[in-house]
Amino acid sequence: MENSKTETKIPAGGKKIVLVGNPNVGKSVFFNALTGLYVDVSNYPGTTLDMACGRYNGDVVIDTPGVYGVSSFSEEEGITRDIILAADLVINVIDAVHLERDLFLTLQVIDMGIPMVVALNMVDEAAREGLKINAVLLEKLLGVPVVSTAVVHNVGIEELKEKLYFARPGQPEAQLLKKIENMGTSVSRAEALLVLEGDPVVSERCGVKPGTGREQIYRNRLDRVSRIVNLVVQETDSGKDFVSRLGRLMLRPSTGFPLLLLTLWVIYELVGVFLAQVIVPVTEEFMIEYYEPAIGSLLDTFLPRDSVINNLLTGRFGLLTFTVTYMAGLLLPLVLGIFLVLSVLEDSGYLPRIATLVDRAMSFMGLNGQAIIPLILGFGCVTMSIISTRMLRTDRERRIAIFLLALGVPCSAQMAMIMAVLAAQGGFYLLFYLCFMFCVLVATGTLLGRFLPGRASPLLIELPPLRLPGPQNVWKKAWSKSYQFMKEAFPLFAGGALLLGILEVTGLLQGLREFFVPITVAWLHLPAETADVFIMGLIRKEFGAANILVLQMLPLQKLVVMITLSLTVPCIASTMIILKERGWREGLLLWFVVLALAFLIGGLVTRLLEFFSSSGSLQNPLLFGVMILALAATIALARFSPPGKAL
Amino acid sequence: MTLDKARKGQVIKIKSIANELIRVQAIRFGLSEGEVVVCREIVPAGPVVISRHKQEIAIGRSLARNIQVELC
Repeated sequence: MENSKTETKIPAGGKKIVLVGNPNVGKSVFFNALTGLYVDVSNYPGTTLDMACGRYNGDVVIDTPGVYGVSSFSEEEGITRDIILAADLVINVIDAVHLERDLFLTLQVIDMGIPMVVALNMVDEAAREGLKINAVLLEKLLGVPVVSTAVVHNVGIEELKEKLYFARPGQPEAQLLKKIENMGTSVSRAEALLVLEGDPVVSERCGVKPGTGREQIYRNRLDRVSRIVNLVVQETDSGKDFVSRLGRLMLRPSTGFPLLLLTLWVIYELVGVFLAQVIVPVTEEFMIEYYEPAIGSLLDTFLPRDSVINNLLTGRFGLLTFTVTYMAGLLLPLVLGIFLVLSVLEDSGYLPRIATLVDRAMSFMGLNGQAIIPLILGFGCVTMSIISTRMLRTDRERRIAIFLLALGVPCSAQMAMIMAVLAAQGGFYLLFYLCFMFCVLVATGTLLGRFLPGRASPLLIELPPLRLPGPQNVWKKAWSKSYQFMKEAFPLFAGGALLLGILEVTGLLQGLREFFVPITVAWLHLPAETADVFIMGLIRKEFGAANILVLQMLPLQKLVVMITLSLTVPCIASTMIILKERGWREGLLLWFVVLALAFLIGGLVTRLLEFFSSSGSLQNPLLFGVMILALAATIALARFSPPGKAL
Repeated sequence: MTLDKARKGQVIKIKSIANELIRVQAIRFGLSEGEVVVCREIVPAGPVVISRHKQEIAIGRSLARNIQVELC
């Protein structure tokens, strides 16, 4: 998102250079090499969801989402299509290992008549796989300059820069060209081609009827691809090694689920135990023991101790104490840790394999396995992952995925606070929390999958080769994401603290607390002060949750607050994105439904927990039994309810 | 037979894909009718993984049921 703001003005006389390629071929690395800016590099489809722009020699370079072809099968394809239509020249990045897949897009852009240069990337990997590729012949067959590169090792960049301005339209298919000329309309050749291929959006824009020959055109193009590949690729030997065997093991349920559990356990040990219980206490103590007293005594020399301003700056919700301590001492290490983990997952190529593994289970929630990717990314940042739901193919799937993200997936900042608050209470509370959230997610998903009209679209996903992520790339990505995150969070966090401080100083907070008594005290059985938590939680969850550390509460009550808070929509930014992606009506409806559900479920869990704690011990295994039973009942209800009841 | 009936390790030829929208999307992956692929993995009750050259593609079970194949 942030990238789109960097530079979008095109200098006078400047050209629009557009990077185009299949997912996961290294476009973003080229973008970095040309512009010096950093964007995400990931090993799964759908990373570059908003275009990134940068400058190169007075021209504008635009990075696009990875696509397999130019058309309108999903929203991200639509975005890419429009950028390509507006391009002056295209750098087409193709993966030397997967020419038979990547050349389809190449030939399509050539048929569109857009000047192009081809970067034949990952030639090193192709050599390792035993493939020899004749780049000179490829250049002749395509009719555009071809440069061999291995961009992650900085090979071929200079040559690409040299050949960039020799970009030219390639060798189109003669028959197709004739058809386009016969159309004789005023539209451009590129648009004419897309109309022939039946693209509904472009046809409507041009005011003509979409063509019906798409399949035939695609098939001819694929035949051309096969002919070219047969001519330029020589296979010496086929590699079957440990990596491809590991890739298989990840797909088989008998080994795949244990591997998945092992991965999740390692992540938990890393983030939940090492970071949250070893590193964070140190950084937090440093802030409280050294930073806060220092800033306090410094300020006392300028301002009287009990003045309003001093209170706002260093009081309970102090801008310089509370805000800075939580941002730097607690959030930063945890958020960075979670983004590091996610970067490794993204770059390794494991995510599409998880998608394949869980495809069956996800189908009960009306989703296909691919939807697991936004859901996992949601644990990093719900706002970003809501954007990444664009990779899903139907509107219905996006609706379900966004609802689940809004309701049941806590983002990294929330996870940070949850780890900090609940880990201090003991493992039981954390376990209960995780189990409970999981049950809510599955139950909600099952109900939505059952009662929203329509069906899950079938899974069709490419499994990229497993790669060991480059430490530098992982670090850069995690750091830039954390930085963006902190940059966005800081003003909101500070503004929230200020607001809360002002409310407290003026006594308004007391009024609000009383207003919310029916919900907080009567329904959730919590102290009235928890109203602060929920009020601030509307802005940013972790900010609301940070207040819990300040309040005196029973462990059970902390758990209830955490669950209720987690279930409401994550933050003001994600609310805005939901409204943007789903429109005002659906967005607002979703927001209020999630809010109502959160408090409803919060009240129910209060009663459940109180029942158990009054009848002996709270830490009773039966508690989990009740949870699983409720989940099973919901699933049964959804599966066996008469179909006539569907909305 | 249909793709979901294929067994691991079998070399199969794709005869037809029932859904038009999926058919054109598959072509863009480099996968079309008449293509010879290897069935690499079958996730029980889940997707079928096929490979062609160096490329692996996972196909959901419901979709695999709509793909006609023959053994080679």
